[in-house]
Amino acid sequence: MALLTLLAAVTVAIVRQRSLFGVVVLAGIYSFLMATLLIALDAVDVAMTEASVGAGISTVLLLATLHLTKTTEMSPINRNWLPLLVVLIVGAAVVWGTLSLPPFGVADSVVHQHVAPRYLAQSIVETGVPNVVTSVLADYRSYDTLGETTVIFTAGIGVLLLLRGLRRRDDIGGGGES
Amino acid sequence: MFVVATAAVLITIALALTRAILGPTVFDRVLAGNTIGSLAILLLAVVGFLTGRPEFLDIGLTYGLLNLIGTLAVLKFFRHGDLAYDVEEEHKS
Repeated sequence: MALLTLLAAVTVAIVRQRSLFGVVVLAGIYSFLMATLLIALDAVDVAMTEASVGAGISTVLLLATLHLTKTTEMSPINRNWLPLLVVLIVGAAVVWGTLSLPPFGVADSVVHQHVAPRYLAQSIVETGVPNVVTSVLADYRSYDTLGETTVIFTAGIGVLLLLRGLRRRDDIGGGGES
Repeated sequence: MFVVATAAVLITIALALTRAILGPTVFDRVLAGNTIGSLAILLLAVVGFLTGRPEFLDIGLTYGLLNLIGTLAVLKFFRHGDLAYDVEEEHKS
């Protein structure tokens, strides 16, 4: 709970911050707190991803972006209250929706009755992987994981092609100057 | 004992966070961010022992590496204004 309060404080600070450099640092702090919270919830693999992507890679990427743009955010020209109203209504609807969910961490809710018992009981026999999460990701849902990997691979190829085009243009410009 | 340690680390994180939010200069924020990263590792270790699973320490080590990279990137950006800075190029020009 204390961690959640800290997360809320960081979020408010990020929204109020006008210096984008400060926003990058605060976003890194947010990721570290979030990863700690996920570990407290016993989701170690998700926490590892959050820490490496959120605190590591995206800090570097955001800084590289800041190098290309200005580092201060413009103050808003007019204050429009309609978006805030929409956000409040949608948020209230989402909170209202959570009221009908089963309590947090209950083992006999509907979600945990479908295939989870079979995974827990049979994963060693059927897949031979000692970690149940790994066996679900890489065996029972392997087509899903293959699709995700394809998407990420395609995105990586796209980014590499874009960067290569930029570099080639730089080379031509440099040659012209000298 | 571990509960008290957890509470102490949480309070320290809150204090460092206050500095990160209020911090007048960017360096206050960078330092506070680095401190919070280190405290997150500490919290991880203490919570690991609190729940009787000391193998969380390995994850703490990985966090330490990530924290170092993030802080280095921030400081390098601030010193040179560019992440792809190369010492060799400066000597040539």
